[in-house]
Amino acid sequence: MKVGVVVFPGSNCDRDVFHVLSDVFKLDTEYYWHENHLPQEIGAVVLPGGFSYGDRLRAGAIAAHSPIISDVKKLAKNGVPILGICNGFQILVESGLLPGVLLKNNSLNFMCKWTNLIVQSTNTSFTSKLKQGQKIPIPIANGEGRYFADKKTLSELRDNDQIVFTYEEVINGSSLGIAGICNEERNVLGMMPHPERAAEPEINPIDNKPSSLIFESLLQTIGVKK
Amino acid sequence: MSLTVQESEYFSKKIGRIPNNIERQIVAAEWSEHCSYKSSKKHLKILPTTGRSVINEKGFDSGVLDVGNGYVVTVHIESHNHPSAVEPYGGAATGVGGVIRDILSTGTRPIAIFDGLRFGNIENDNNAKWLFKNAVSGIADYGNCLGIPTIGGEVEFDQCYKDYALVDVAAIGFGKKNKLIKNHASNGDLVVLIGGSTGRDGIGGSQFASDSLENENRSAIQIPDPFIEKLIVEAILEARNEKCINAMKDLGGGGLSCAISETAESLDIGIELDVDNVHTREDGLLPHEIMISESQERMLVITNKRKLSKLKQICAKFRISCSIIGHVTNDKMMHVKKGQKTLALLPANFVARAPLLDRKKTKPKYLREIKFEMEIKKTMNYSEIILKLLSSPNIASKHWVFQQYDHEVGIRTVVKPGFDASVLRLDNGKFLSTKIDGNPKHCYIDPRQGAIGCFEEACRNVICTGANPIGMVDHLQFGNPENPEVFWTFMESIEGLADFAKFLRVPCVGGKVSFYNETKLGPIKPTPLIGVLGIIDSIPLTTTPPNHGDYLVIIGKTKDELGGSEYYEYIHKFIGGHCPTVNFKDSKINMLTVLSLIKNKLVKSVHDCSKGGAAIAISELSIFGNIGCDINIEKLLYKNDISIEKLLFSESHSRYLLVIDKKNIGQVKQFLLKKKTTFAILGKFSGDQIQFKHKSKYLVKFTVDIAQKKYFNTLEELLKNG
Repeated sequence: MKVGVVVFPGSNCDRDVFHVLSDVFKLDTEYYWHENHLPQEIGAVVLPGGFSYGDRLRAGAIAAHSPIISDVKKLAKNGVPILGICNGFQILVESGLLPGVLLKNNSLNFMCKWTNLIVQSTNTSFTSKLKQGQKIPIPIANGEGRYFADKKTLSELRDNDQIVFTYEEVINGSSLGIAGICNEERNVLGMMPHPERAAEPEINPIDNKPSSLIFESLLQTIGVKK
Repeated sequence: MSLTVQESEYFSKKIGRIPNNIERQIVAAEWSEHCSYKSSKKHLKILPTTGRSVINEKGFDSGVLDVGNGYVVTVHIESHNHPSAVEPYGGAATGVGGVIRDILSTGTRPIAIFDGLRFGNIENDNNAKWLFKNAVSGIADYGNCLGIPTIGGEVEFDQCYKDYALVDVAAIGFGKKNKLIKNHASNGDLVVLIGGSTGRDGIGGSQFASDSLENENRSAIQIPDPFIEKLIVEAILEARNEKCINAMKDLGGGGLSCAISETAESLDIGIELDVDNVHTREDGLLPHEIMISESQERMLVITNKRKLSKLKQICAKFRISCSIIGHVTNDKMMHVKKGQKTLALLPANFVARAPLLDRKKTKPKYLREIKFEMEIKKTMNYSEIILKLLSSPNIASKHWVFQQYDHEVGIRTVVKPGFDASVLRLDNGKFLSTKIDGNPKHCYIDPRQGAIGCFEEACRNVICTGANPIGMVDHLQFGNPENPEVFWTFMESIEGLADFAKFLRVPCVGGKVSFYNETKLGPIKPTPLIGVLGIIDSIPLTTTPPNHGDYLVIIGKTKDELGGSEYYEYIHKFIGGHCPTVNFKDSKINMLTVLSLIKNKLVKSVHDCSKGGAAIAISELSIFGNIGCDINIEKLLYKNDISIEKLLFSESHSRYLLVIDKKNIGQVKQFLLKKKTTFAILGKFSGDQIQFKHKSKYLVKFTVDIAQKKYFNTLEELLKNG
C-alpha cells in the first residue's frame, strides 16, 4: 500500500518526510501535487509541514480549500490513516477534519527548539507501538503552534481520548499543553512537532527511537513494505 | 550617486556620441560601486581562486566546490547593509532572497543560510535594538518560509555601527555535478524573465548602496515575498531537471540592466529586449524604471524555442509569471526597445565593464595614536569580570536569535547552531562544516592581522568538528573608499587574507565588497567577514559534554594580545593593545594536530578559544556541559611571564580546548609531545563550581548555575525591555 505525501505550493517539509518514509522505513511513497487526485486504494496520507501559500490569511487556511482536500476528506471518512505535521496539522483544523485552531505562540515569535512530548494515547494508527506516558524528544518549528479550543471541545477531546501528545514543558501556551490530537474515529492525527526530524540517529542528538515508533506504528497499520 | 564627470566623458568617447538618458541610467546602475567593484576589482585578483575542488565556469554567481561522488557544494555571501539600516525587516529579508537566488542560478538547491548581524550598542541604544529585532524577524520570516535552515551566524554590537546595520547573508547549495547549469546561449535563443513582477521598489538600489547613508531613500528599498521565492526555487529546479535552462542569472543589484549586460558579456552574445514585454506590478512604469528596478524574486533564464513550452508549463504549475522579454543576438550589443523604438543600444561588454579605479591609500592617523598598554584601574575581581563578560551581548548565548530560525528543516543539521561550526550531512555520506567569522575590534587595531584572524577563527571552528577546510568566501565591508585611510585598511585586509589563503591552500571561491558603510561617527571599523567550508569524510565530532574526571587540555600559545579584546573594550572601554597575530606555521601545525586527534578518536570534544579569551572558552565548556572545572591558569604560560589578565582574556589565535577522557590522557600527551605542539593540561572537570587557581590560590570561583544564568538570559532580557 502506498503512502501519499501531499505537496502544496509552499510546502517545505515534503521532501524530508518523503525521505523518512521511503528511505528509512522503506514504505512505498509518492508525492501528490495539490491539484491532482489521490487514489482511493491509498494506504495513508501525510500532509507535510511548511508554509503552504506562504501562510497568507492564516496558516493552512488557503491550502484547506485546495482540490486535493476533498479527496483527503473522503479517505478520512473511509478510515484511511491521515497524518498532518505542523502546517499539515494547521490544514487539518482549517479544513474541519480536526477540531480547534492553532494560534500564534504566546512568545509571538517563531520557535525552533527541541522539546519532549508525552504520549497520551496509543490508540491511533500512528502511536500503536508507543507506550502511554512515553517521552519523545522532538523538535518544534512554528510560529502558529498554540493549540486552542473552547472548553466544551477540550473536555470532549479529553473524554474521547483524542489528545494524543502533550508537551512536557509549558512551551507556547497551548490549551492543556496539547501538541497533537486525533479525530473521534482515531485515523486522522495532527501534530505540531516534526517526527521526520527526529527519526534518524544522525540528526537527533537525544534519542531517535521514540519518533521512529510513530512511523513504525504506521508501518504496522498499513502492513507492507515496498 | 550617478556617473562621475570622468565616467560621463569616457562614456561619450567610447560610444562616439552623447548617450541618451536611459542609456545613462543603465550604465550608472551597472557602474555603481555595488555592481562594478570598480574600486576593488584590480586588487581582488590577488586572492587565490583555484584549487583541487574548485569548479570554475563562466557565468557562475556562486562558488562551486566538488565534494566527491558526483556532488557539488555551492556557496555565496552578500550583504544588505544600506537597506537594512533604513528598513531592517525588508532589508534583511531581501538580503536572504538575493543570495539564495545566486545559489539557485548555478542549478543547485539552497540547503543552508548563515547570517552575520552587526548593530550599535543595544545596551543603551533603542534604535540599535529596533534594528536588531527587525532584522532577525526579516531573516526568520524569509528563510523559514523558504524551508531553508538558517544554521549559523554571528551577532555583534559595537558603537561604530550606531544607527546603522551590517546584515551579511551567506548561503550554501548542494546538487549533482551533472546538473550544474552550463551557461551557454546561441543566436535566436529566448530571454525569459521568471518570477515576481517588476515594480517601483528598489529603484536605484545599487547606487543607494554605493553612497554614504545620508538620507533614507525608501524607494530604493526592495519588498520581500518569500512565497514567490519558494515557488521560483521549485520551478527553477524542475526546469533544470527538464533541461529547459541554457543559461540563468539572478536579478539583484542593478536589476535588468545588470543581469542583461553581465549575461551578454559573460556568454559573448548580444541581447535584444522589449520593455513592454516585462510583466509589471503597476501601469505607467517608465522604461528606465523597468531597467533599473530591483524588485525581488526574479530570475533571467535563457532557453530556446523547443524548450519554451515545457518551461511555460512548469511556471504555470507553480503559478509564477514568465515573460519572453527578448532574444539572443550575435552582435554583442545590449539593445533595449519599446515596441519598435530603440531606447538604448550599447556594447554589452562596455556596459558590464566599468572603468576601474586606482584609489589612493594612506595609513590612518588613528593607528599612530593607539596605545599598546592600558593603565589599569581595576575595581572588579576576576570572578566578577568573567561573569560580566559572559553577559556581554557579544559573548552571551544567541539562542534568542537562532531559535527564531528554523534550523532543522531539510533534515541535514547534525551539529546545531550555538556551538562552534554547524555541520550538515550530505547525500554522499560526507558532512559539511561551515562557520562565518568577523572581528571589527581586532581589524580596527590591525586590519591585516585582524582579517587573517577572522579567517583563522573560521578555520578553527570548522576544525573543531573534525573537518578539513576546502574553501572560503570573504565579505569585505569598509567605509568610503575615496578616503585613502579607509582604502588602506581595505588593502591591508585583502593582502592579509591572500597571504593566509595561499599558505593554507584554501581557495577563495566567492565574495563581495561593500564600501560606503559610514555612520554619523565616520567610517565603520573595517569589517571583513570570512566564511569557511570544511568537509568531513567519516563522522563529525559532535559536542559530547565533559564528564566528571575528564581532562581539559589547551593547544596553542597564549600571548600578550589583549588588543581589541572584549576584556579591554567591554570591561574597560579601552580601545588599544596588541592585536592578536597568526603565526602561519603554528596555525597549520595546530590544525593538523587537532584533526589527527579527532580522527584517532582521542578527544571527546574540541572548543575554539576566541572572544573573551581562555577564561570564557573554558567557562563555556562548563556551561554547555553543566559541570564544574578546576583549572590551573599558570599552565597557560608557555614562556615569558605575562600578567594574569592576559592569560585569562587574551584572544590569541590558533588555540583549541580539548576535553579528554582520563583513559586517553596519556596517549594524547605522547602524541602532542611527538608533534612538538605547544600544549598544556589545564585541569579537570568536576563538581558544580568553575574554579581557576593561580599559585595554588583560587582567583576565580563561582557556580556553573550562575554562569549559565548570565550566559543564557542576558540577550533575551535586554530585548524584552524595549
